[in-house]
Amino acid sequence: MQRIGVFVCWCGSNIAATVDVKAVAEAAKHEPGVVFSTDYQYMCSENGQAMIREAIKEHRLTGVVICSCSPRMHEATFRKTAVSAGLNPYMVEIANIREQCSWIHKDMAEGTEKAIILARAAIAKVHLNAPLVAGTSPVTKRALVIGGGIAGIQTALDIADAGFEVDIVEKAPTIGGRMAQLDKTFPTLDCSACILTPKMVDAAQHEKINIISYAELDSLSGFVGNFTAKIRKKARFIDETKCTGCGICTEKCPSRKGLNDFNMGLNTRGAVYIPFAQAIPNVAVIDSAQCIHFRTGKCGLCEKNCSAGAIKFDQKDEILEREYGAIVVATGFKPIDASAFNEYAYSDSPDVVTSLEFERIMNAAGPTKGKLVRPSDGKHPHEIVFIQCVGSRCTEDATKGKPYCSKICCMYTAKHAMLVREKYPDVKVHVFYIDARTPGKNFDEFYRRAVEQYDVDYIKGMVGKVSVEQDHLHVQGSDLINNEQIHINADMVVLATAIEPDPTARALGTMLTASMDTNDFFTEAHPKLRPVESPTAGVFLSGVAQGPKDIPETVAQAGAAAAKVIGLLCKNELTCNPCVAHANEALCNGCSQCERVCPYGAITYEDKEVRSPEFRGIKRIAVVNGAICQGCGACTVTCPSGAMDLKGFSNSQIMAEVDAICR
Amino acid sequence: MWLFDEIVKFHITELEGQVNHMKYSYYPGCTLKTKAKELDRYGRLSAAKLGAELEEIENWQCCGAVYPQAEDEIATKLSAVRTLDAAKQKDQELVTLCSACHHVLKRVNDDMKNNEYVRTRANNYLKLDVPYEGETSVIHYLEMLRDRIGFDTLKAAVVNPLKGVKIAAYYGCLLLRPSGVMAFDDPENPTIIEDFIKAIGATPIKYSQRNECCGGYIAMEDKGAAQKRVDVILSSAKNAGADLIITACPLCMYNLDANATESVLPVKYFTELLADALGVKEED
Repeated sequence: MQRIGVFVCWCGSNIAATVDVKAVAEAAKHEPGVVFSTDYQYMCSENGQAMIREAIKEHRLTGVVICSCSPRMHEATFRKTAVSAGLNPYMVEIANIREQCSWIHKDMAEGTEKAIILARAAIAKVHLNAPLVAGTSPVTKRALVIGGGIAGIQTALDIADAGFEVDIVEKAPTIGGRMAQLDKTFPTLDCSACILTPKMVDAAQHEKINIISYAELDSLSGFVGNFTAKIRKKARFIDETKCTGCGICTEKCPSRKGLNDFNMGLNTRGAVYIPFAQAIPNVAVIDSAQCIHFRTGKCGLCEKNCSAGAIKFDQKDEILEREYGAIVVATGFKPIDASAFNEYAYSDSPDVVTSLEFERIMNAAGPTKGKLVRPSDGKHPHEIVFIQCVGSRCTEDATKGKPYCSKICCMYTAKHAMLVREKYPDVKVHVFYIDARTPGKNFDEFYRRAVEQYDVDYIKGMVGKVSVEQDHLHVQGSDLINNEQIHINADMVVLATAIEPDPTARALGTMLTASMDTNDFFTEAHPKLRPVESPTAGVFLSGVAQGPKDIPETVAQAGAAAAKVIGLLCKNELTCNPCVAHANEALCNGCSQCERVCPYGAITYEDKEVRSPEFRGIKRIAVVNGAICQGCGACTVTCPSGAMDLKGFSNSQIMAEVDAICR
Repeated sequence: MWLFDEIVKFHITELEGQVNHMKYSYYPGCTLKTKAKELDRYGRLSAAKLGAELEEIENWQCCGAVYPQAEDEIATKLSAVRTLDAAKQKDQELVTLCSACHHVLKRVNDDMKNNEYVRTRANNYLKLDVPYEGETSVIHYLEMLRDRIGFDTLKAAVVNPLKGVKIAAYYGCLLLRPSGVMAFDDPENPTIIEDFIKAIGATPIKYSQRNECCGGYIAMEDKGAAQKRVDVILSSAKNAGADLIITACPLCMYNLDANATESVLPVKYFTELLADALGVKEED
C-alpha cells in the first residue's frame, strides 16, 4: 500500500477563486492510501516545495499528488522536489485543477466538485505508479539547416562559429532566398545584396558549413540527438566540381523561353543558367524541361563551349545519407498568387505587378536594369497606385486570402513609395491602406518620412476595382476619411501581396512530425516562452517558416534557434523519457499492427524463444526501442491482444483513473 | 436472364431519370408578365427547342421583390417559400429567369436550409403538411443551359449562329453576389454569359464594367447617379468594341435603356439572342 501525500495549490486566486481548495484537501484525506493532505497559496514557490519535501520525509510518503496547474507548466518542478526528498520523480502525479477546472468554470460548487474528482483520479493512479529510471542516448554533433535564405544562413553561421558542423540543404540552385531578390531594405534603405552576399560568402567559406544546394530532404528517421536524413541532391546536369561559373554556357544557350524565377518571371533566361551574378555555389544548372538537348537529343551547344567539361547530361539525382543531432527549419515564404484577386486585374494587365515583381523592376540587376518603366510598353509611368493587404487580413474568403497580417507589407510599400519619389519626383504615388502598421525600431519614423518628406498620398481605404482601359488602369477605391469614392487613372498598380509559407513546408512538417497551424506555419513549443523550438524535440524554427517577420526579426530568431541548437549539441548525452511502450511477451502474437501505427518507427519484431505453460517455442514478438519511442500511446490502444503497455501510463493506471472519476 | 432483366430495368429507370431531369418548375415573376415579356417568351421558346420543359408554378405569388436583410423579417419571405415548396412537391428543380426573382428565391432558400431561426418561424406561419427545409434546388436559366443542358449541346442545336456579332455581357450584381449563397460564378471574373455568347456562335467582348452596378433602384431618387453609372458601363463596352449588350436582368435592362444620356449601344435580353440562334425567334 502506498503512502500518499496530497498538496492542493491555490495559485493565488487563479484556483482558489473558483475551487474551495480547503474542501479539496479535506476530501482527499478520506481517499485510500492518503496519509497527508494540505493546501497552500503557491505550491511551486520555494516555501511550497519545502513543505512537500518535509512532508515526504515526515510522513514517509511513497507517492505524491499535486493539485495545481497543467503538468506542462510545473510537472518538472515538482518531480525535482520529489527527487531532492529522496523519492523517484515518477511517483509524482499532477491533477490539473487550473486550466482544466478553475479557469473554465464560474461556479464554486461545480469547480470544487470537479477538482475533488480530478484529485481522486490522480490518487487512484499514483497507487499503481512504479519508480522509473530514465536511460540516456548519445548526441550526433552536427546540425541540419533546411533552407538557405537569410534565416538558414544566419543560423548556420552561428552554429558553425560555436564549432559544430552544419549542413545547409537548399532546394534552389543557390542560397540567398528571398532576401537576394530585394532591392533595398527598410528602414535604412541599404542595398539588400550588399549586406546579404558577404554572409553568403561567409557561409560558403566556413570550414564547418557544408552547403548542399539544389537538394531537398527525402526522408528522416530517428529522434533528438540521433536523426538520420536522406537528402536528395537533384541532378543539375553540371559537374559542380568542374564548373567555374564562367557563364559562357548561359550566353550560348539558344533556348531562351524559360521564365526567370529570380526576376519573378518578368523576363526569360536560358535553359542553362546561373540564377544571379552572386549565386553560391556559382555553378550553372540545366532546366531539363526547357533544354533543347533533353527535348530533341540535339543541340549540346553548352557542352561544346564548356572548356571545363562540366556539362553532364547523364547526371542523376543522388541520395546522401547523413546523421544529425538537431534540425532547423528555415523554409521561408513565397508571395501568394495574386491572380486569385480578379478585382485587381493582375491577370489582365502586365502593368499590375506584385511588390516582389516591383522589387525586381527597381533593382539595378533586374529585368529593366533598375529603370522604372511600365511592363506593357516600356514607357515611363506618371502615376502609380500601391494597394496594401492584398490577401492579408482577409477573413471573408479563405480560398483566396489569409486571415493574418503579413507584417512586412506596410514597411516595404512605404519603402517602394519613397524610392519612386526619390528617383522620379515627377511620379505621383498613392497608397491605399487599411491600417499603417509600423511598430519597430525606426519604422514609424520611416513611414512618416514617406508621408511628410516624400509627399506620398496615403489613402485610408481599400480599392474595389482596377479596370484595364485603353492606355491606363482605372483604379476605383474609397477614401474612408473624406468619405468619398476615389477614381485614379494610374499607369501602374502594385499589389502588396500577402506572404505564405513555402509550399514545401507542409510535406516537410509531416516528415519531421513537427506540428503546423492551419496556415502551414510551423508551431512553436510555446508562443511566448519557447518561440524557436518546435514541440518535436530536436527540431528548431528559424525565420518566416514560423510566422511572418522582417529581416531584423528573422536574423534575431535565427540566432536564437542557433543558440538552442548549440545548447543541445554541447551535451554528450541526452536523458530519455522513461515513459515508453513495452510489449508483454506472453500476450504479444506479433501481428504487426503496432508497427504500422507507430509514428516514430520505434517498433521492430524479434523471434524469441518462449517457455510458458501455454506456449513453448519460437514466437514473433514486438520490441520497442526505448530511445526512439516518444510515449505517444498509439500502439497501446491499437494492440488487439492488450500486450502493449506504456510505462507511467499503463492501461491499468488509466482504468483506475476512469474508475475513480466514475465512482 | 435475370441479370439481363436487371440491366434493362436499370436502363429504363436511367432514361426515365433523364427525361424527368429535363422537366423543371418555372417561376417567371411579375416583371416577366409585364415589362419584360420578351425575356420570358424567348426563354420558353428556346427551352422547348432544347427539350427542357418549363412547367410554370400554379398560382405563383410575388417572389418578395427585394430580399429582406433583416433577420426578423419573416412575413416578406413567406411567398418565396410557397414557391420553393411548390417545386419541392413536384420533385423538380426550380428554374428562374429574372435576376431579381432568382436572387430572392435563392437567398430565402438558403435561409430555409441554413438559418434555423428563419426556418422555424417561417414554417410556423405557413403550417405546411411537411415543413419546408430548403430541399429545392434553385437554378437560373443560364445555369440550366450551362450545367444541365450543357453549352456544347446548345452549340450543336444552334441553326443560326450569330457569326461576327460582338456581344458584351452585362452581369449586374444580383446574379453574382453574395457569391457564397448565389454560387453562380466568380463575382470578380464571371464567364458564364461569355461562354453562352460563344455557344450561340457570337464573339464575347470582355470589358471592365461588366460586373459593376447599373444604379439599381437609385434612379427613383437620383436619376443623375444612375445616368453616370450607365454611361460608364455603355462607353466601356462600346470602347471595347461591342455591337450590343445583353443582360438577364430586367432592372439592369431598364437602367441601361432608360437612363443612358446617349443610346450608344443596343441592349437586349440574352433569351432573345438565344431564340434567334436556335431559329425559334421568327416563329412567334
